Amino acid sequence: MNGPTPFWLSAVYVALVFACAVGLAAGFRALLALAAPAGLARTLRTAPLTASFGLLVILVYVIAALFAPLIAPFGEREVVGGQFLPWDSVHLLGTDNLGRDMFTRLLYGARNTVGVAFITTGLAFSAGAVLGLLAAVVGGWLDQLLSRTVDVLMAIPALIFALLLLTILGTSVVNMILVIALIDSTRVFRLARAVAMNIVVMDYIEAARLRGEGLYHLILREILPNAAAPLVAEFGLRFCFVFLSISALSFLGLGMQPPTADWGSMVRENATLITFGDVTPLLPAGAIALLTVAVNFVVDWMLHRASGLKE
Amino acid sequence: MVARRLGLGVLTLFVISLLIFGAVELLPGDLAQEILGQSATEETVAAFRRELGLDLPAYQRYLAWLGGVVQGDFGTSLANGRPIADLIGVRLGNTLFLALYAAVIAVPLALMLGILAALYRNSLFDRAINVVTLTSISFPEFFVAYILIVYLSQTGFFPSIARIDPDAGLGEKLYRTFLPALTLTLVVTAHMMRMTRAAIINLLASPYIEMARLKGLSPARVILKHALPNALAPIINVVALNLAYLITGVVVVEVVFVYPGLGQLMVDSVSKRDITVVQAAALIFACAYVLLNLLADVLSTLSNPRLVHKR
Amino acid sequence: MTTAEQTPLLEIRGLRIEGRSEGRWSEIVKGIDLTLHRGEVLGLIGESGAGKSTVGLAAMGFTRDGCRISGGSIRFDGTDLRSAPIRERRRLRGNRIAYVAQSAAASFNPAHRLIDQYCEAPVQHGVMGRAAAMADAVDLYRRMRLPDPEDIGFRYPHQVSGGQLQRAMTAMAMSSRPDLIIFDEPTTALDVTTQIEVLAAIRDIVEQFDTAAIYITHDLAVVAQMADRIKVLLQGEEVEEADTETMLASPRQAYTKSLWAVRSHARPERPPAGPEETPVVSVRGVTAGYGEIPVLHDVSFDIHARRTVAVVGESGSGKSTTARVITGLLPPSAGEVLFNGTALPPSYRSRDKDQLRQAQMIYQMADTALNPKHRIREIIGRPVAFYLGLSGKRLTERVRELLSLIELEPDEFIDRLPSELSGGQKQRIGIARALAAEPQFIICDEVTSALDQLVAEGILTLLDRLQGELDLAYMFITHDLATVRAIADEVVVMKEGKVVEQGGKTEMFRPPHDPYTELLLSSVPEMDAHWLDRLLAERGEVPAGE
Repeated sequence: MNGPTPFWLSAVYVALVFACAVGLAAGFRALLALAAPAGLARTLRTAPLTASFGLLVILVYVIAALFAPLIAPFGEREVVGGQFLPWDSVHLLGTDNLGRDMFTRLLYGARNTVGVAFITTGLAFSAGAVLGLLAAVVGGWLDQLLSRTVDVLMAIPALIFALLLLTILGTSVVNMILVIALIDSTRVFRLARAVAMNIVVMDYIEAARLRGEGLYHLILREILPNAAAPLVAEFGLRFCFVFLSISALSFLGLGMQPPTADWGSMVRENATLITFGDVTPLLPAGAIALLTVAVNFVVDWMLHRASGLKE
Repeated sequence: MVARRLGLGVLTLFVISLLIFGAVELLPGDLAQEILGQSATEETVAAFRRELGLDLPAYQRYLAWLGGVVQGDFGTSLANGRPIADLIGVRLGNTLFLALYAAVIAVPLALMLGILAALYRNSLFDRAINVVTLTSISFPEFFVAYILIVYLSQTGFFPSIARIDPDAGLGEKLYRTFLPALTLTLVVTAHMMRMTRAAIINLLASPYIEMARLKGLSPARVILKHALPNALAPIINVVALNLAYLITGVVVVEVVFVYPGLGQLMVDSVSKRDITVVQAAALIFACAYVLLNLLADVLSTLSNPRLVHKR
Repeated sequence: MTTAEQTPLLEIRGLRIEGRSEGRWSEIVKGIDLTLHRGEVLGLIGESGAGKSTVGLAAMGFTRDGCRISGGSIRFDGTDLRSAPIRERRRLRGNRIAYVAQSAAASFNPAHRLIDQYCEAPVQHGVMGRAAAMADAVDLYRRMRLPDPEDIGFRYPHQVSGGQLQRAMTAMAMSSRPDLIIFDEPTTALDVTTQIEVLAAIRDIVEQFDTAAIYITHDLAVVAQMADRIKVLLQGEEVEEADTETMLASPRQAYTKSLWAVRSHARPERPPAGPEETPVVSVRGVTAGYGEIPVLHDVSFDIHARRTVAVVGESGSGKSTTARVITGLLPPSAGEVLFNGTALPPSYRSRDKDQLRQAQMIYQMADTALNPKHRIREIIGRPVAFYLGLSGKRLTERVRELLSLIELEPDEFIDRLPSELSGGQKQRIGIARALAAEPQFIICDEVTSALDQLVAEGILTLLDRLQGELDLAYMFITHDLATVRAIADEVVVMKEGKVVEQGGKTEMFRPPHDPYTELLLSSVPEMDAHWLDRLLAERGEVPAGE
């Protein structure tokens, strides 16, 4: 790439990319509707294009993450040539600051970055949701204790708290997972508790309590089915937040450590290229953005459906 | 009501200071040993411990630390032995300047767009803005920042490195920090606009708005006289939440643009494990965050006639 | 009264309105004609889903979000409201046509004082200046018999009680001296004793200013007091229309007749239980409350097998709190609850399975009483499995039996979700769930107040039949004396957490009464166009403003 791209050309690029996205999304939606069973098919056919685009992107990322070693032309940490080589037929996207294949590292990044974000979200979500539901159902001192603790933890901005904890614990992937999971579980707790609180006041819960049902039945059979939709949406949103936090930490050099291929650190390592007008370092950042956009689109659709059905 | 909230705010600040101090106490092993490394002799470690005051009981050290902080004395940096107050002083001002700059652009912009989207909800404008904001929420801050650099800095419009000279005039300062401020604006506006839209739509569904329309009032009067006074509380909260979010966003943006702010200092100190500096920075960020939320709560209490005019 | 030669004030012809649900448009008003002359009051009655409010709003040229007018014409004093530009319609609203909403508490803007909201329409429409409007407000507040008319306008909505707010809203509707006011169920949310005052005030003011009105309600007795003519709607279509006297005396259509008949339903009282018989439930000197403030004071009454005790009172009288004490949700601070002569543990947590099984509850809102994610099979089957240990085929068999008992076809209903049932069917499922535990005693908490009259009637008949077949004791919580008349054997009247009076139903409905019971009984509107006049005369109240 030589020199800055003129504005009009970028506008054409954006329009082209947009058109392709719309086309792909429409095609994918039709395909899904054909493949799915009757009931689901109707839901899918009425899905907005943004949602089917989101689903398509997520599918592509999952495939990339699962089959990275099979697709990738080189090894994750393999030095294959000179530094900052331009794009060509061997190194599709050139090489990075140490001469590793950019395309290969992007694929492995899907596995590492998305995988770690997924594990972290899972941890945060299970801890937060279980405690949140429990606090709402049991109430009393347990609720007070958990809620006040969460209040205090949430009084410190998330990234700042993460930085503080990472200084104390030292920067490593495991520590980062634990720290982010802890911080985000407080947000999940808030939501799960609020959702469950709205359900707990319903007469059918009172009826179940008066019947003599135990905690297990109350939470699993009576509350959870009704809380499922907002909780699934929260999982999606939470994933986005976690994913962005992890990327930010890695970008700051405090998350995943080299030589692991990770999108956040890839941006950081190759940032110097940007000042020479090369957009390659934007690719991993774009990869992060694209997945978050996709998940947000799908969650937005789900939330819209959940609220629309209530009317 | 307000007094109670203020009291709660002070309590929160106290608990946070305790938490930030206590977290360091949880550090596995010995701070002095940690800093000096395994090669240090027994005597040097012991001397260093005395110098840090580590031989005193925890509560005494906490009181001494808190007493110092209240008077603006944050102790000395472990990395270079300089007083932290000196390190922080100018940088804090820079960070506040940047955050304020972004807020001044973002708040009116977001409120205006949010109200417009709520008024013309489900129109093409609303849908387009929904997709655009959802997309920009999903972008990591550094992605936005680098895109701006590619388009606005490579083309020579604005500098990509926001070094500022303390003696520079305001115009010069605004010009040099335009890109970081724009990055923050873009990230925060989307959030704030979506929340404003949701708050207004929620309000427009209430019976008293229908009543106002049935009185034959003009749409502008319905919004300004009937919706807005009631939307004040939610909007204040939206703004506060997003200004608080600016604080976290500032960290990453400062690193990208090499801006000499508090965020960059904190990130540097985390990598150096300069705990006393991290402690001080975390405390300042957390206080700003708590105070913003406190201010929002007090303002929204004052805007609610139910709470101001008792029965 | 007006004559037919005059041009009508409002003329609606073949009005069709569509509503959108789940992305599809369907007709909710199917060709309504309506004619209203100056100074005339038209009563619009019907059950839920009749389209009354939709028609009322359409008379202002207004539709709610998600609705659209798809056919017909609306002419107000020569202006076609369908084709008139929005500006012109806006000039009529709040000026020549005003609206009084069901819930004044929600329809007043919480951020402004009452008087500012009063002045808004006349000032904005240029009817009068602000100072004149404020003086006028005080005058109208006085005519509406609001206490403290000089100052009440300077309060915020949350500082004024429900009945007063409703009167303030009527005053506000009058502020521009409109030709037409739409009253949309203005007294539905109020207690009976408050309702009287509001009805009287509304009627006076409408008469004084000779304003035309459309009075929308589901309560026949109320509309009989207010309207010159009555129009009955059913599912968006007109059933019949006649002047009030004719409509009350001789309705023509079967649907209208059935609505009328429900009102007169009454069951004879069963003979009281003998003194030697142990009551199923005995509430003894119960005092209870939330936190420091006691809500119940020394409440005592007995409920015997095969008998129905109606607990009557207005909102805040403590009738639901009594139920919470009996079920063990709220342990009393003094007194006890005996079951078949043995004291129950105060909290439901310490009661054993059998004690819990014996006392069941049916709720007011069937919507929130059934778990929306459970199928009928599970809703009814769970107590059977939980208490009686049935499973597999025998469980299904029992659920089917219970469905037949509540007159729902088992094959059709057993695998449905609550969202696939109508309101009355949901309430039947609630009954079946209570019966599934095979209890001796059931608390019915306002079980019919959320239902339309005909459906409610069906539920009461069912409960009555089940009582005979299964020897049940009922505690019936209600604010509606028609329900008491229909189902009770004994009546307990409560006020402010105390039992005011109790005894057999026949005796209770016969004077002399305790003063509060008297007030309560006399406040229930009767199906007689002159009832309100008579009552006000008896109470010695002169119409206001004279």
